Amino acid sequence: MSKLTIPVRKFDAVIVGAGGSGLRAAIQLSEAGLKTAVLSKVFPTRSHTVAAQGGVSASLGNSEEDHWHWHMYDTVKGSDWLGDQDAIEYMCRMAPEVVVELEHFGMPFDRTDEGKIYQRPFGGHMSNFGEKPVRRACAAADRTGHAMLHALYQRNVRANTQFFVEWMALDLIRDDSGQVLGVIALEMETGDVVAFHAKATVFATGGAGRIFYSSTNAFINTGDGLGMAARAGIALEDMEFWQFHPTGVAGAGVLITEGVRGEGGILRNSANERFMERYAPNAKDLASRDVVSRAMVTEINEGRGCGPNKDFVLLDITHLDPATIMKRLPGIREISIQFAGIDPIKAPIPVVPTCHYQMGGVPTNYKGQVVSQDATPIPGFYAAGEVACASVHGANRLGTNSLLDLLVFGKSSGDSVIDDLRSGAIGLKELPADYAERTLSRLNRLNTQTGGASVNETRLELQRTMQKHCGVFRFKDMLVEGVAKILDVEKAVLRTEIKDKSQVWNTARVEALELDNLIEVAKATMISAEARKESRGAHVRDDAPDTAANPNGRDDVNWHKHTLWHRESNRLDYKPVIMKPLSVESIALKTRSY
Amino acid sequence: MATSTMQFKIYRYDPDKDAAPYMQDISVEVDFAIDRKLLDVLTKLKAKDDTLSYRRSCREGICGSDAMNINGKNGLACLTEIKDLKQPVVLRPLPGLPVIRDLIVDMTQFFKQYHSIKPYLINEGPRPDRERLQSPEDREELNGLYECILCACCSTSCPSFWWNPDKFVGPAGLLNAYRFIADTRDQATNERLDDLEDPYRLFRCHSIMNCVDVCPKGLNPTRAIGKIKEMMVRRAI
Repeated sequence: MSKLTIPVRKFDAVIVGAGGSGLRAAIQLSEAGLKTAVLSKVFPTRSHTVAAQGGVSASLGNSEEDHWHWHMYDTVKGSDWLGDQDAIEYMCRMAPEVVVELEHFGMPFDRTDEGKIYQRPFGGHMSNFGEKPVRRACAAADRTGHAMLHALYQRNVRANTQFFVEWMALDLIRDDSGQVLGVIALEMETGDVVAFHAKATVFATGGAGRIFYSSTNAFINTGDGLGMAARAGIALEDMEFWQFHPTGVAGAGVLITEGVRGEGGILRNSANERFMERYAPNAKDLASRDVVSRAMVTEINEGRGCGPNKDFVLLDITHLDPATIMKRLPGIREISIQFAGIDPIKAPIPVVPTCHYQMGGVPTNYKGQVVSQDATPIPGFYAAGEVACASVHGANRLGTNSLLDLLVFGKSSGDSVIDDLRSGAIGLKELPADYAERTLSRLNRLNTQTGGASVNETRLELQRTMQKHCGVFRFKDMLVEGVAKILDVEKAVLRTEIKDKSQVWNTARVEALELDNLIEVAKATMISAEARKESRGAHVRDDAPDTAANPNGRDDVNWHKHTLWHRESNRLDYKPVIMKPLSVESIALKTRSY
Repeated sequence: MATSTMQFKIYRYDPDKDAAPYMQDISVEVDFAIDRKLLDVLTKLKAKDDTLSYRRSCREGICGSDAMNINGKNGLACLTEIKDLKQPVVLRPLPGLPVIRDLIVDMTQFFKQYHSIKPYLINEGPRPDRERLQSPEDREELNGLYECILCACCSTSCPSFWWNPDKFVGPAGLLNAYRFIADTRDQATNERLDDLEDPYRLFRCHSIMNCVDVCPKGLNPTRAIGKIKEMMVRRAI
């Protein structure tokens, strides 16, 4: 092939993604005066952080006593002990600082009578090491993500951050030594392909919830960072762990925040029974999300679902004061009216567990540096937010810890870039001769493909396969079959065809390129899930049931370890869970109950 | 099954191949049990013809991507109930902004105006260790303001913005300006009022109230603009 060249732009740092973590990282870099480019597929305030509702956790103790150490304990327990305890301690200790900082940036939090940040109870948030519920979720009504994303964007406007809006990053650039040198990106408006050559590359590309058919996630959540990392030879960690949020609107998939239960909402089955009392006698409706989702599916499977097809349960807030609903939950009232045709003041909302969040991702340490298997940082590469696996969420994320993750690791990844640039650990190395080849041949293939597969149908096949074979409950045979099916889907992905050949705002091309990323995530997920022969957190399988030797089906002897999936030949490796926190004592393995 | 054929007229323009924009007649089978919103039907249309171009993301009315002109009125495709629409359903890009392709407009001017009002909290005082206090009543002043999703439905329905998009801040920008003026934590009220005290930036608003009529979040920019004017009068006397 003759040598193809594309325009090159040089920066100190390039941040890919302008949701919460990307914007938080950008604040660090812009305010430090670094020449930074922030690339985003959508205008920053359209990023999916905007859809977060219930709150961001921090042990501010504004309404009752709280402590970061209790928050840490809840997070470790919530993770079913798969989270790394150094990163979890770091996140929970930093929480008050980053949340207060956000308030200083202008975030319009709700307020207590004393004028402090309003906090509400949330699933799995307890005081005194698991004793009783505590108000830890800092909220702006039920629009916390929207208020946060706008406040972060606004702070970046103040800092004069340079955005490249509606640019899609296509591939990571690495040299022979493995150092990351930037990304190749597509300007959607013009179809131009440009190299962003940088000393530091920060991935803040968000999750890939769109691998499932039924998802709370936006259309844009296609795992672009994961696809790029996998194609560049970086392993993906713990991809079998996906959170199914208990309360997606039945049929529509749109999220109804856990904050609804935090404010007193109750889940009921067809007998009008508050069934969570049987599954989690202590925390009840505010147990961890994996626990609640499984309870709901069990109720439905055992015939106690509601509606003509008995395929959902009800989220009831009709007993709450309408004034509370109007003040604290105005957004979910709008959503219920819009997407369920129900005013929750008058009638309960039909809900089902819906894919919501990816616990796994690109392996990082708590400083936001991407690490290889032996924990050494990959020079020039950083990641934060849902694309990253620090790992603070382990096998199951606690509600409100995702918004906290964005702030803490967005900031720490930015700080690490600054430190590594100042110490001279990273610099602008020369681009390898063939750096653009893979991307350009991918684009060329797409432009010239004939007689290929439909992007839309192939994506649907992928989503249905994931939904059927890798859902809330997993089955050995279905997983084995699922691996074969996903590898079949991959064959279609490699020969997708688009009819639209225009250079200008070609959304068909963008969707085909997104599918290239979705398939990497789907393979990583299915193959990692098939291999993990235990039940832990959100990964529960029929051949690993609750026994005396392995309570809840968790097998710490053989499976207390992180999965690493390598794209090359779908190889799996494992690495130990970090049990040693930074300053406190390790939180020892224990059976998990709520 | 409540299935029926619906007629659409959609604005099409691809600068790569079309000499001029045109309206395309399309009919589509709609299953009202599944295709509840206009965006569901657009997704269906795009599955058949992948050249149809529009922005979309969250599909729940919070990201502000899929604003368009629907039967003559601006709105979000993801919040527009399909069964309520009169046929043929006429879809056009947001009016008053340059069209890039099909239903996608160039929003540069809209964001330029938003940025012009300094949309960030200005408080140069020393940063306290904890949050700045704000009473629940003071916080309530921000309700109806901070919820703006920057979809541009309002500004692109405003004749004053059509005529002077480079000089008139427009309803979205002004609503956001008042969001900071009304925030007890912000210290730049006077500068913000000075900046808007201009025959164009604020005073091109003639209270036509199209903005209020179209806002998908039920916000009221005209009221916010009125409050700004009121503050200007009050500080003058």
